[in-house]
Amino acid sequence: MSPASGRVRFGVVVFPGSNCDTDAHHAISTFPDATAQYLWHKDTDLAGVDAVILPGGFSYGDYLRCGAIARFSPIMQAVRDFAADGGLVIGICNGFQILVESGLLPGGLLRNMGLKFVCRYVNLRVENPATPFTHTCREGDLLRIIVKHNEGNYAVDPTTLAQMKARGQIVLRYADAHGKLTPAANPNGSVENIAGICNETFNVFGMMPHPENSVEAHMAGGTDGRTIFQAMIDSALGRAEVKA
Amino acid sequence: MTSDYVSRRADVDAAVKLGLTADEYAHICEIQGGEPTYVELAVYSLMWSEHCSYKHSKPVLSRFPTSGPRVLQGPGENAGVVDVGDGWAVAMKVESHNHPSAVEPFQGAATGVGGIVRDIFTMGARPIVSCDSLRFGELDEPRQRYLLDGVVGGIAHYGNCLGIPTVCGEVYFEPSYEGNCLVNAMAAGLLRADGIVRAKAAGIGNHVVLIGNKTGRDGIGGASVLASQEFDETLEEKRPSVQVGDPFTEKKLIEACLELLHGRLVVSMQDLGAAGLTSSSSEMASKGMVGLDIHADRVPLREADMEPWEIMISESQERMLSIVAPAKLAAVREVCERWDLDCTVIGEVTDTKMLRIWWHGEVVGDIPARRLADEAPIVRTPSVKPAYLVDDPVAVTDAGYPPAADLGAALAELLAAPNVADKRWAWEQYDYIVQANTMQIPGGDAAVLRIKGTPRGIAFTNDCNGRQCYLDPYRGAKAAVAEAARNLSCAGALPVAVTDCLNFGNPEKGDIFWQFEQAVEGMAQACEALDTPVVSGNVSFYNESFGKAIYPTPMVGMLGLYDDVSVHIDHSFKDEGDVVLLLGPDGAWIDGSEYQKVHYGRVEGRIPDVDLEAERRLQAALRAAIGRRLLKSAHDCAEGGLAVALAECAIGSGVNGGTRYADPEAAGAAGRWRGADIGLPEALLAAPGQPPGAAGRPDLALFGEAPTRVVVTCAADDVGTLETLLADVPHRRIGVVTGEDLRCTMAGNELFSVPVSALCAAYESLPDRLA
Repeated sequence: MSPASGRVRFGVVVFPGSNCDTDAHHAISTFPDATAQYLWHKDTDLAGVDAVILPGGFSYGDYLRCGAIARFSPIMQAVRDFAADGGLVIGICNGFQILVESGLLPGGLLRNMGLKFVCRYVNLRVENPATPFTHTCREGDLLRIIVKHNEGNYAVDPTTLAQMKARGQIVLRYADAHGKLTPAANPNGSVENIAGICNETFNVFGMMPHPENSVEAHMAGGTDGRTIFQAMIDSALGRAEVKA
Repeated sequence: MTSDYVSRRADVDAAVKLGLTADEYAHICEIQGGEPTYVELAVYSLMWSEHCSYKHSKPVLSRFPTSGPRVLQGPGENAGVVDVGDGWAVAMKVESHNHPSAVEPFQGAATGVGGIVRDIFTMGARPIVSCDSLRFGELDEPRQRYLLDGVVGGIAHYGNCLGIPTVCGEVYFEPSYEGNCLVNAMAAGLLRADGIVRAKAAGIGNHVVLIGNKTGRDGIGGASVLASQEFDETLEEKRPSVQVGDPFTEKKLIEACLELLHGRLVVSMQDLGAAGLTSSSSEMASKGMVGLDIHADRVPLREADMEPWEIMISESQERMLSIVAPAKLAAVREVCERWDLDCTVIGEVTDTKMLRIWWHGEVVGDIPARRLADEAPIVRTPSVKPAYLVDDPVAVTDAGYPPAADLGAALAELLAAPNVADKRWAWEQYDYIVQANTMQIPGGDAAVLRIKGTPRGIAFTNDCNGRQCYLDPYRGAKAAVAEAARNLSCAGALPVAVTDCLNFGNPEKGDIFWQFEQAVEGMAQACEALDTPVVSGNVSFYNESFGKAIYPTPMVGMLGLYDDVSVHIDHSFKDEGDVVLLLGPDGAWIDGSEYQKVHYGRVEGRIPDVDLEAERRLQAALRAAIGRRLLKSAHDCAEGGLAVALAECAIGSGVNGGTRYADPEAAGAAGRWRGADIGLPEALLAAPGQPPGAAGRPDLALFGEAPTRVVVTCAADDVGTLETLLADVPHRRIGVVTGEDLRCTMAGNELFSVPVSALCAAYESLPDRLA
């Protein structure tokens, strides 16, 4: 994909109960080579965007199970089609939960091991820098980004996990300040400290931490989230040759 | 369908059962020209409850300064509104949800957040910050831990779902709150200064439209049964009076209502809070000097067999009442449908000035709106000075106050005390970053947020030391205002307005009413001196259980402004070699201090009075220094005195991008702990008014408390310039930022020397001790 305008158009899907939609929109607006627009959950097409963000929040109140109702939104069929065509889709927090519920990513997100909502800066160790979402990083880089969720405890059956690891689908893991994968560095009890994963074709990415809250130097969150969006922009513009 | 209401008598016995007095009943009969209907009586009982009518507090509250050049809307609306520059304004308000939370902590606290957020967006403001001030009994009681867990969980559940950052707050534990916890929810929102919406019905023939949730039996009598009575052994039976929150619907309501208000599709709007449809409709009618016809049978119900009086007083959550011109109704319906919200025409605006309640074509209530909303009989309790108060500070020479033998251990003990200890375990359950405006995360003196698209910013804090207010309500309340302003000034923000939540016991008792009057007087004087008018607030009386009142707790929420938010600073030590200064007068007292409580197990004496002129000068100098970027950190000396303030500055240094190193050793390894070498002058204890014996007590210099004191640091090169700026403010150089230990000496004698990592371990020990 190489957008004609030279600027990547991001579509931010708004579900009822989304609450990080404006933050994602704002984050994209800080990149000179990208623009963002909202996509309404009742719409049935993606208005020609180059990349899709499923934002954080509590879609449909997260009643029943996080993301379980959102997957039936009309827009999600368009997102599935877009992903099947190789389009870049990132799901952040509730967006990750929706991707998992939609079957676009393997596994599930359970209640945090501590049984409490947790809002905390964590260190993310880049496990696979050869994806459209992380090619701006090196393996082992630490990104300091905030998590804020009640159901971020990633779980998957051992067979699938082994396959995912073999293919490099584990993209981000929770680590301590030295890059060690300790239990104390894991905010929610995720299996093997998993914080972010890709699908088999590496165009759909889900992560619990919020890169959109780490894009401006003068704000509390720092700037480590920029690298994720920059990687997506470069990938969409065809600037980066990414080989998974 | 004819229901019970016809057969229900509305006699004096029924009135008393609903919480009214015989005199009030007689007054109602006079207004109504005879015995009221049961619907009318139920409506009066809510509107004339203390919670809705302020019948005890109104005359006293008139003492507050409420206007100023920045005040766009003072008390009397859903929230106060303050001009913050560049055409922007901030709406702010605090409300108590004490009694619902004591009965059912999770839902009580959750709906407290929901209610205050509705007050904010009703003004046309997008809610941008939420703060909570909490009080519980001591945590060694299992029930107190249950209440704490439930309240924090409820705030998190509701606020996080709404996407409103909970950025500041406070929590204290004292035995006096054991039977009656306090949950004061504060919120603020951003709006255009010319876009304020007021809750005034207008336009004869306009529709009255109910938007949001269906109406059920939850919260029947919340304002009268719960909020306007003391607690006794029937506590558990009151659970049905607690409402249940649905934050998802509230989130949709925020978006839909802001769309309706900003698009000027509605004439006015009011949320349904305490007393539900009754208060919202009568207040809108009264303010607009019009009448409203409400067809109770058109209200969408969750339970089919509800009676008209129940429908009128239900406190079901997430409902808004709006006045809509007939030509705009279709557009209003379109917005509500898009957000999947019920939107029902339930009545119309009339010229009768009466609140008329209809039930299947029949009038079942007909009440003069203004008299109902604004003419509750004022109750004046003769005030009596309580017997427990004393005129003088305690004598520390008394055998009951031997100095702590190990001052380092005493410091660790204070840092571990629940009132001082790190509150991370609470605020990590709140989303404090959503909306991307947070510049300073919780844990410091104030929350700091930017206003996007401008260089401006705002700061928030809330403060009240109930123990000090107990020992002297006038001085304690004055100190609460001074401390709130000081916290904002420490972050570099100009304090501009107050919202207050006045929590007291039963106002029918003379000594409680005396506490109330004194606290209001103290607050009013401080607000006048510091130019921080009260723009909104709430009074919560009857905070008693089994006849025992809480400490008087006049909680002060304060807004601060920045023309240039980039100047803001936090409290943590920054760089090796920075100079540490103590600003403020000499003197430190044990009376009402955390040291007195924790180390000696006592609460007694008399707290010092705040010198408001000295306070004003100190804060002005502090802000000027921060504005010129001379300071690297500033921290208010509060609970635990100077030593705890210094320890907090040192502990705060062990963070990296807002995160404390999970492993204190990692912070050391990263070279991040900043200790200090502090030399205290003996003159600190030679202040006028110090009790005899104080001079020989270094423990008092460390842990004694006094208002108007701030610890600051600056680069060694800047200290000369800083001291020139501080010419008319008492200040001393007391040390230097160095090493990884906090070391204190006095007249050459070492008082203590403790690694910052050990102080941090004590400061963060509370969750483990409770587990």
